Amino acid sequence: MNKIVSKEYFSEKVVKLVVEAPLIARARKAGHFVIVRVGEKGERIPLTIASADTEKGTITLVVQAVGRSSEKLCALHVGDYITDVVGPLGQATHIDKIGTVVCCGGGVGVAPLLPIVEAFKKAGNRVITVLAARTKELVILEDEMKKNSDEVIIMTDDGSYGKKGLVTNGVENVINREKVNLCVTIGPAIMMKFVSLLTKKYDVPTVASLNTIMVDGTGMCGACRITVGGKTKFVCIDGPEFDAHQVDFDEMMMRLSSYKDVE
Amino acid sequence: MKKQPVAIGYLERFAADYERESGNISIPEIPVRNGIKIAVVGSGPAGLSFAGDMIKLGYSVTVFEALHEIGGVLKYGIPEFRLPNAIVDVEIDNLRKMGVEFIPDCIIGKTLTYDDLHEMNFKGIFVASGAGLPRFMNIPGENLIGIMSSNEYLTRVNLMDAANPESDTPVIKGKNVAIIGGGNTAMDSVRTARRLGAQRAMIIYRRSEEEMPARIEEIKHAKEEGVEFLTLHNPIEYIGDERGRVRQMRLQKMELGEPDASGRRSPVPIPNAIETIDVDEVVVSVGVSPNPLVPNSIKGLQISKWGTIVVNQETMRSDLSDIYAGGDIVRGGATVILAMGDGRRAAAAMHEQLQK
Ligand SMILES: Cc1cc2nc3c(=O)[nH]c(=O)nc-3n(C[C@H](O)[C@H](O)[C@H](O)COP(=O)(O)OP(=O)(O)OC[C@H]3O[C@@H](n4cnc5c(N)ncnc54)[C@H](O)[C@@H]3O)c2cc1C
Ligand code: FES
Repeated sequence: MNKIVSKEYFSEKVVKLVVEAPLIARARKAGHFVIVRVGEKGERIPLTIASADTEKGTITLVVQAVGRSSEKLCALHVGDYITDVVGPLGQATHIDKIGTVVCCGGGVGVAPLLPIVEAFKKAGNRVITVLAARTKELVILEDEMKKNSDEVIIMTDDGSYGKKGLVTNGVENVINREKVNLCVTIGPAIMMKFVSLLTKKYDVPTVASLNTIMVDGTGMCGACRITVGGKTKFVCIDGPEFDAHQVDFDEMMMRLSSYKDVE
Repeated sequence: MKKQPVAIGYLERFAADYERESGNISIPEIPVRNGIKIAVVGSGPAGLSFAGDMIKLGYSVTVFEALHEIGGVLKYGIPEFRLPNAIVDVEIDNLRKMGVEFIPDCIIGKTLTYDDLHEMNFKGIFVASGAGLPRFMNIPGENLIGIMSSNEYLTRVNLMDAANPESDTPVIKGKNVAIIGGGNTAMDSVRTARRLGAQRAMIIYRRSEEEMPARIEEIKHAKEEGVEFLTLHNPIEYIGDERGRVRQMRLQKMELGEPDASGRRSPVPIPNAIETIDVDEVVVSVGVSPNPLVPNSIKGLQISKWGTIVVNQETMRSDLSDIYAGGDIVRGGATVILAMGDGRRAAAAMHEQLQK
């Protein structure tokens, strides 16, 4: 049982929750996630740890209400308890000083991108962040990203804010303008697929953080399996980050729809 | 493997006894606490039996469990129709009343490390983390929708109660369900599928029925419940529809050849004998390997090439003097009774060591 100590709306459907979890706060690194369950009949869902405060013993989760479980979580109030929070899970992001890093994210991918942006900046890299959203109202975490990036480029589908275009347009502009040593992408599978195709064309090493269906999050079930470089991998223990150019995104998208008919 | 009948047979008897005895189970008297802290990693049968013995010896015992439920395979794997959760809960409650502390949602090696446990002043650690990692066959189409490990299938149904409409966790309820494998887990999966409404529930096994590792009673139960047995059949490919859902599987028919190293006659493919059958759900139950999470997180621990923790067979002690291990993490996939035996022996040996 973990208490919610603060709650803030980023947009109508995106909520920031600060949750008591002292052990996880102490152990976590950028790229790690937790599995959360709300209610005794609740589902186990993975959520990236956006940040942590070791002194206060809290972790921050950014949740987008997209289905039954995330809606339940977003409906909780300050003072309420989350039934289960377990972690930190997955492999931490490999952070190094490598030069210029483009971090790009869209939709639910923006929140998990934040700790990675922070960590690369802290390690002394030039960090350019590209955030994508359908429209102005859906752009989140802009200030937090600005604090930790050398430059933040905003792309909106309808041009209502920043530049008009897709995340790939933003990334391509940067690649055409300067040497990029690494690209990190988090967001909807289709977005990561196109970022990956783009960076492959320009030979820019790219890491994608994958958000598959999970159950236990500890390697026990295989629900999270994907194909990377022709081999089956478990996202929860081998990932969540993989060489994007090796990931079979089409299979991943297909598997993400496993329970579309059931839910 | 042939020890298994005793194991769950015992638990089944226990189930019947429980009906009669519930309500008047007595808690043994606990000696004075000696103040020595002991940590247990994993709450399956190995961890529970160890915890029970150590608490009776006066130690302060804390059991750390990765999942949100206590009980290991007894809860997430073995179905309710074979071992009701209520029975496992009585055992767990007794341990709790005797003073064992259970901490769910805590992964040793992730939430807390070996060093953390030292810092917290634990003087002995018993690793009973089970053999959690499911194996797949790596054949074409195995990642199609509707194909999953028996661990996933049973976890959804047993631990997450997915068949209950009130549960948030979904499960596919196939009409034509194929279970790959011939062990107890395969029998539990196929009988579960039948209960979830499968019209055709099939066991696909590459050897003959005689070689099946499952207990004879389980095979008999499955047959009585209308399960079909396609023995001497081996899946070689899955075929999906345009949305990526499994629709068919290709099976290679086999025959028994010469006995192999294990003494079992090994199956060999019959040339050109390939069959295609309709399936809309497949449960792969071809074995598990130890979860590397704990072994990998403890420096200096000796690990076998199968990923199991190497221990002294008598004392269950590892190369590190304060770490003992037992159950599936030491044996690979074994049995409830062996896991419980390991817990007992480890407790006795650790007690002796700590007395010195
Ligand atoms: C479906 C099924 C049917 C079976 N049927 C039979 C049968 O009929 N008869 C029989 O004798 N045997 C049977 N078995 C085998 C038997 O269940 C196992 O041999 C036995 O449960 C092993 O016990 P264990 O305590 O070693 O591990 P487990 O029961 O696997 O428990 C290990 C526990 O440790 C937890 N854990 C893992 N890593 C960590 C960590 N890092 N930190 C904290 N916790 C951790 C896991 O979540 C798990 O709860 C069956 C197994 C299955 C899956
Ligand atoms: S979520 Fe179960 S193995 Fe990854």
